[in-house]
Amino acid sequence: MAVAHGVASGIGGIRSAGDLVARMQVSKGMRLPEAKKYVAGKLGASVADIADPVVMDEIRDDLNLGRVNAIPGAAKGIDAKFRIAEVLGIEINCVKLFRKRVGL
Amino acid sequence: MSKFFTRMGDGFPVEMTDAEIRKDVEEGVADAAKRAKIEPLAADHLRYLTELFERPDRAVGVERGNEVVLSYDSATTKFKRGNVSVSKIQSLQIYERLLGADILELAHIDYSFKPVKPIVVFEQPILEQALLMTIPPLFYGAMPNLGLYSQPDGPCPNPGDLLPKGLIAEARASYAEQIEHSVKDMTYVGGTMYEAGADGINFDTTAAAGDAEFYATLKAIEELKKKHPAMCVQMGMASEFVLGMHGELSYNGVRLAGLYPHKQLELAQQVGVSIFGPAINIVPSRSLAWNTARTATFIKACTDVAKIPVHACVGMGVCGVPLTLTVPIDALTRASKALVDICRLDGL
Repeated sequence: MAVAHGVASGIGGIRSAGDLVARMQVSKGMRLPEAKKYVAGKLGASVADIADPVVMDEIRDDLNLGRVNAIPGAAKGIDAKFRIAEVLGIEINCVKLFRKRVGL
Repeated sequence: MSKFFTRMGDGFPVEMTDAEIRKDVEEGVADAAKRAKIEPLAADHLRYLTELFERPDRAVGVERGNEVVLSYDSATTKFKRGNVSVSKIQSLQIYERLLGADILELAHIDYSFKPVKPIVVFEQPILEQALLMTIPPLFYGAMPNLGLYSQPDGPCPNPGDLLPKGLIAEARASYAEQIEHSVKDMTYVGGTMYEAGADGINFDTTAAAGDAEFYATLKAIEELKKKHPAMCVQMGMASEFVLGMHGELSYNGVRLAGLYPHKQLELAQQVGVSIFGPAINIVPSRSLAWNTARTATFIKACTDVAKIPVHACVGMGVCGVPLTLTVPIDALTRASKALVDICRLDGL
């Protein structure tokens, strides 16, 4: 069912900017149009572009936000989330805890 | 007269004429509007739904720019159910890197807060490790499942045994005790997993045991939000209608028995829920055109007034998806597209 939903109506997760739009719903309770507009503004993209995997892969590469393919040296996991918190201007729970654990 | 391929609510194929599909759409909308005392869908939405179920396409999808956020309840257990031999973290990576999930969810195979409580210390390090390796928001999810607090599974007398004997006061007393136990479990597990780094907690299949379970979940969320104001809380419902198993419970002055989704949403917002998931029952003996039209009517009444994101529970047996283990692509993509297009959902 995940595949069919993804094809029919999904933004695309880290293939595009689905995780970033979801971040704004999760951290700020934004409804979808507001969340998409906010993310597009922070990325310097159009609202339609943020669901486009080709355009977004370039942007994720430029901003080092984590990408779907295994790219040497690119941000992965928690380091991508450090970058996402900074770019979107939000607090991410596990990033805050990581900072505390390592004494940052 | 030409006939169109579609399906019944149990997934079995059926051929219907244009007049039959149109009639089912109209009746589905009317049924929801009458039950919940809400506005019916507009004429252009009825036409849209009729045409959607007459299209020959195997798969359909939303227009570019109308895509929504996809969250997955009980995500890691889906692989176990499919008998796929991968760990929970590998399951999350598959959702993240292969399935395009926007929000991930870690879960215990026994997907209720009560059984998670004694093993929460084993769930925490899995969550901590998963958080280091994944990028999208990662929730921890479980069901309130009040049924586990009555005998023989739990400590309280079983209202199912008491009510047929006319012991109504005793049954209500049992529910009160069950609420106390379950609130403790939900706040303990939810708080513990949030403190381990989860981006949010999903209370899935809420109110499956009726108004007492809905009360317990609202109470637990209110307590958690007092302690952790930044916590994201997702509340997915069990069905379109809160059963009055207790019958006299109210929350913030609102009687819980009999609440339909748009009223469930209002209470969810009041206690601090961040993402609301309405669940609309499937009637297996009616067509998918009827079921989807009915679902869209209920959910549009939510999205029209919601102040928080609405992620409809569009899974097996709810919200226009047939009640079958092997959900057909034609059926699922029609439910997905119709609800996004008509209801302007924030997610699924």
